[in-house]
Amino acid sequence: MKCRVFDLGLIDYSLGRRKQEEVFTGVLSGEFEHGLIICRHYPVITLGRQAKTNEIIASKDTLAIKRIPVYNIERGGHITYHGPGQLTIYPIFNLELLKKDLHWFLRLLEESVLVFLKSFNINAQRRTGATGVWVGENKISSIGIAVRKWITFHGLSVNILSSDLDNFDLIMPCGMPNATTALEKELGSIVDIEKVGESLLESFIQIMPGRYHDDKSYFAPIR
Amino acid sequence: MTKVILPPLGEGINKATVSYWFFKVGDKVNEKEDLVELTTDKAAFNLPCPCTGTITQIILSEGQEVQVGDTLAVIE
Repeated sequence: MKCRVFDLGLIDYSLGRRKQEEVFTGVLSGEFEHGLIICRHYPVITLGRQAKTNEIIASKDTLAIKRIPVYNIERGGHITYHGPGQLTIYPIFNLELLKKDLHWFLRLLEESVLVFLKSFNINAQRRTGATGVWVGENKISSIGIAVRKWITFHGLSVNILSSDLDNFDLIMPCGMPNATTALEKELGSIVDIEKVGESLLESFIQIMPGRYHDDKSYFAPIR
Repeated sequence: MTKVILPPLGEGINKATVSYWFFKVGDKVNEKEDLVELTTDKAAFNLPCPCTGTITQIILSEGQEVQVGDTLAVIE
């Protein structure tokens, strides 16, 4: 059996949500052990279980003009923004086959982002007591998962292009100032987001534990 | 009578918050169905029903904290 990788390109958030359900069903039925979706989203704001509506600081009119929908979703965490300049990964992993530990899995996702950024010589960090990845004081990756029957869904996003960063001003997660950065901003040069997506997948392969570690064929992409 | 107990959710996770009950007292439930959603840090976890039966008690309501090993509900 293989981990199926679904490279969906730029898609609407609701389509990505439906695809997660499909892949979840594939993992639950044993069609494949794990699934992984990589995609980008048209601008969207999502509210996790700990989010409060006052974390949206933009007016309804502003969101309507910008055509940014807002979804309440079942992942953990607060508010976040997704846009075309980000890479989003939804690991639909069966923790029964890996380790039944929610925080271990969150740390694994952070590790994949740290390895990915390290490949560009960017030293990013975790923060004690928080989930996500920062470069200095600026957040570059947001993480939030949901787990049903010990199978994960939702996941992480990494800011790649600088063009999306302004839209983070529309939200204020946890009532805190929302300083963000992107790979492009850190490198100071233009980035090809498609190529970078392949690097992010490589980082995932590197951090997967056990027998998956050296078996790239385990991650068979379906495009 | 079966107690619904919060199982270990991982190393260092001692507690979670009840975020959503999928059923109410008096509802019939089936084993392995999603019963209650709990949140911890950036993870939302759906706890499945341990058995088939009827919910007779919900001990911890939405918004309350639950410790690992605590009883969340009773199914008969």
